[in-house]
Amino acid sequence: MIRIPCPFCGERDHSEFSYGGDGSIEYPELDAPAEQWHDAIFLRDNIRGMQTETWQHSSGCRLWLLVERDTLSHEIRSVRPAHAGIAQALEAQR
Amino acid sequence: MSATRLASGGRIDRTQALDFSWDDRQYQGHPGDTLASALLASGEQILARSFKYHRPRGVMSAGVEESGALVTVGSHERRDPNVRATTCELFDGLAAHGQNAWPSVRFDVNALNGLFGRFFSAGFYYKTFMGLPPFEWGRGTGLWMQYEKLIRKAAGMGEASRAPDPDSYEHAHGFCDLLVVGAGPAGLHAALSAAEAGLDVWLVEQDFALGGDYLNQPDADPDELVARAEAAGVRILRRTTAFGLYDNLVAGLLERVTDHLPNPGAQLPRQRFWYLRPRAVVLASGAIERHIAFGDNDRPGVMGAAAARSYLNRFGVLAGQRVVIASNNDSAYAGAAELARAGASVSLLDARQTVSEELRATLGDSGVELLSGSAPLRANGAKGVQGVEIASAAGSGWRADGARPCDALLVSGGWSPVVNLLSHRGVKPVWDAELTCFVPGDSEENIFVAGSAAGIWNTTACEQSGRAAAARAIAALGQSTAVVAMPARGGWQQPIQPLYEVVVDGEKLKSFVDPQHDVTADDVRLAHREGFVSVEHLKRYTTLGMANDQGKMGNVIGLALMADALGREIPEVGTTTFRPPYTPVSIGALTGRNSGEHFRCLRRTPMHDWNLARGGVMTMAGLWHRPWYYPRAGEGLGEAYVREATTVRETVGLCDVSSLGKIAIQGPDASTLLNRVYSNAFAKLPVGKARYGIMLRDDGIVMDDGTTWRISEDDFFMTTTTANAAKVMVWLEELLQTRWPDLKVHVSSVSDQWGGCAVAGPQSRECIAACLEDPQMMDNEAFPFMGVRETMMTGGIPCRIARISFSGERAYEVYVGADHAEQMMDMLWAQAEARGGCLYGLEALGTLRIEKGHVTGAELDGRVSIEDAGLGGMASQKKSYIGSVMQQRPELLREDRPRLVGIFPKDRSQTFNSGSILCAAERVEGLGEGWITGVTHSPALGHWIGLGFVRGGHQAWAGKTLVAADPVRKGNIEVEVVSPHMFDPSGERMHG
Repeated sequence: MIRIPCPFCGERDHSEFSYGGDGSIEYPELDAPAEQWHDAIFLRDNIRGMQTETWQHSSGCRLWLLVERDTLSHEIRSVRPAHAGIAQALEAQR
Repeated sequence: MSATRLASGGRIDRTQALDFSWDDRQYQGHPGDTLASALLASGEQILARSFKYHRPRGVMSAGVEESGALVTVGSHERRDPNVRATTCELFDGLAAHGQNAWPSVRFDVNALNGLFGRFFSAGFYYKTFMGLPPFEWGRGTGLWMQYEKLIRKAAGMGEASRAPDPDSYEHAHGFCDLLVVGAGPAGLHAALSAAEAGLDVWLVEQDFALGGDYLNQPDADPDELVARAEAAGVRILRRTTAFGLYDNLVAGLLERVTDHLPNPGAQLPRQRFWYLRPRAVVLASGAIERHIAFGDNDRPGVMGAAAARSYLNRFGVLAGQRVVIASNNDSAYAGAAELARAGASVSLLDARQTVSEELRATLGDSGVELLSGSAPLRANGAKGVQGVEIASAAGSGWRADGARPCDALLVSGGWSPVVNLLSHRGVKPVWDAELTCFVPGDSEENIFVAGSAAGIWNTTACEQSGRAAAARAIAALGQSTAVVAMPARGGWQQPIQPLYEVVVDGEKLKSFVDPQHDVTADDVRLAHREGFVSVEHLKRYTTLGMANDQGKMGNVIGLALMADALGREIPEVGTTTFRPPYTPVSIGALTGRNSGEHFRCLRRTPMHDWNLARGGVMTMAGLWHRPWYYPRAGEGLGEAYVREATTVRETVGLCDVSSLGKIAIQGPDASTLLNRVYSNAFAKLPVGKARYGIMLRDDGIVMDDGTTWRISEDDFFMTTTTANAAKVMVWLEELLQTRWPDLKVHVSSVSDQWGGCAVAGPQSRECIAACLEDPQMMDNEAFPFMGVRETMMTGGIPCRIARISFSGERAYEVYVGADHAEQMMDMLWAQAEARGGCLYGLEALGTLRIEKGHVTGAELDGRVSIEDAGLGGMASQKKSYIGSVMQQRPELLREDRPRLVGIFPKDRSQTFNSGSILCAAERVEGLGEGWITGVTHSPALGHWIGLGFVRGGHQAWAGKTLVAADPVRKGNIEVEVVSPHMFDPSGERMHG
């Protein structure tokens, strides 16, 4: 069981979370050329090591998170809210 | 009859007798006994029959590694097969039976299998009877298939009950600083010193008694140590196995709560499955004594030397009167002397040529006869060991050297540390050639190994290693502590001599490596000759280590024999990876409370009881229980839904639609969000209006549809399909938090907060008006099609009404707070019933929407574009939205893509099936031209109709005949393809 430290709720079992996908993708503008959308939707690296992923704390605060996870060891290096404003607000409360 | 109970000694309570039965005969044992010790004490030697050859087997060990005494405990629905008698705690009334034998384990007809060993050698599954006359002659006939059945029946283990499990199980969760696995000398000391340092410590022990190896020693007393640990705050769980260690050190524990109780209360779970989340782990899981492969080394009476010591000192059972012990290491010496002092005549064969004076001295005046440079060659005795043929060291090998009688043959081939839990964490064990065993590798996590699990053989050193491991755990958790030196591995006076198999030229021996799966040393060599070089392949081909002991007894011997055959060293051959569970875990414990109607959660609408009281028959829609149909007297499903659909078209019907997803979308940018998410325009939707919307995925495929209502400038009420409610909610949250953080919008799921009723039919308006405080607001002009109103139902019940139609009739959806749902239904139903209306369920809802060609989950299956669904005209050309670019991919624009169509049977009296493949009449084969997603009898059209997808859509097939191919169920039916809008295509009825 991977344990994920949610910045809002604290460390929880991964079964409380839902995996989103590749967190490094920058989605293009809605009217961007099809090539850009193609790359953003279909091209994924198969990373051996640390990768950035999105997870949602779906059975908790429902925050979407950016999680740096090692695909080999399942070590979690960092977790932060995907929404920069929420991340800042949480940081300010510390 | 060899083993006997001694008059005194051991840790059993002789003042109390426990009655139990074995194969329906009555026996007695004492508290503190296992089933194995009680049966041994009663003189029972044959307790099982082996897997393939049905050879008689007895007790081989005193622990979880048992490969001989596997029995069935309990009966009827509580029949538990393959229980290791050696770990089964005795209780009053325990009933056990032999298994895999007929008529009994003492006399078993299938023992004839032993004569046909040739057929059952390694890989026998793959080679069965091939090229073996007369069996070969059956090839290609029905008889051939029968062979396999016979083999399967003969080769096997206990049989599980087929009745539902009457017991309950539960899952529990725990947190602690330190988990200590194993309450032996190392574990107890680790737990005690960690608790004294202030850590929150859990100590788990698979045995029902605490003390580990202390219990096997004559003079040790662990009770005082246990009491100190408890006083220091250690939480001790007995009968609890740490069966797996997972990411972040999350441990799976199985606590056997009532298995040992004669009359467990109904309030207790049988077993408890723990998820424990420790911050550090000390593994003090001990070591398991290995056997040696020699001829007929599986005979009842052949047992581990340490096991016999355990039976003597813990259970007061003397394994035999004339005992021969075979060893290649020091560990058997203490037990040998103790057995001799307890009255047995003991001969100790030590494989080592010379035995030091110090080691000899440990035998003292016990009278043990020591034969150095000797090993067992073959055990004699068909149903129990009666003697042993002895081999003497000759050069680098062995030669036969006489025999001597015995009634117990005890073996110690060295020790294997239990490294399983480390292996679960991906840490490979390391071969220690000096100790001839795998020792734990280094872990980067907070896992510290102590005691014999770390290859430390001496009790005092084990105790210190426990304290040392605890000190490391304390330091790893950030507390300062005194450093305790970790003792070195080993600890015997004289080195062990590697000995895995005893062979003598010219002697044909049946030497078992994995007794539970009847894998012999010859099987390993056969596998090698047939080209298997990898230990992983060896394992699968011979099934070595695949029995329910998972190779605890035989793996190392198998590896050694394979290494020998390959001419390599053991570490070069490798070891197999241990995976959870360490010992078997019942399915019931894994399931916990999630069985029967609790298998998954159940969602009920707020008018669930109301629907039931009106005769509604329920069906599952995802997690929801929804009304399917409301039969009247004499009606089945077929009659009821046709009547309901007809009534809706003629008068009025009510349908519970509370399960639809409902999302409140609020904030100044709410319309911007909707405009980006939906493919049709939402920015200019006026307040008080609803709009049907279709949302696409990033890749341009349809995700979901529904209506969204504008309650006020910045307050929208979105409805989704029942199936996709959660998915859409997550999608909106993802977009707002990850892609468009600048949008000021808040989304909340309000699905459970509202109860909803669809009121459909020509008289729907009058029905609702009669229930409102202001009936005039329902006028056609005041409340046009797609209008949304917030108002009051009679009695001051606030409600939301939208004039929207899924049925194609004049229709409304009325929503009230969930607590008012039944009141709403009472009022609406009073009006509808008075007008000859009906309640309608999911089946009639389907009929009405199929007649109209409205899509639902069956059509929007994740492959369908908005054009395919016939809704391309709704998509905005003026704006960009999610999926707007990707839906223009060339493949999605092809004219010959499958498009939504309506389907009529060519002969209108015929029916056809959902799921049929649509084929051109002249080519009924392959993937066809399309498929059928839904069918119904249409009361409006008077015959069966369907919806589906056909290449190119209905224009491409106008006037042509297709075949709805359903070869397995219904056969092929000729159909014609029409527009999906099969009823009232202009929509006059819903606008009126």
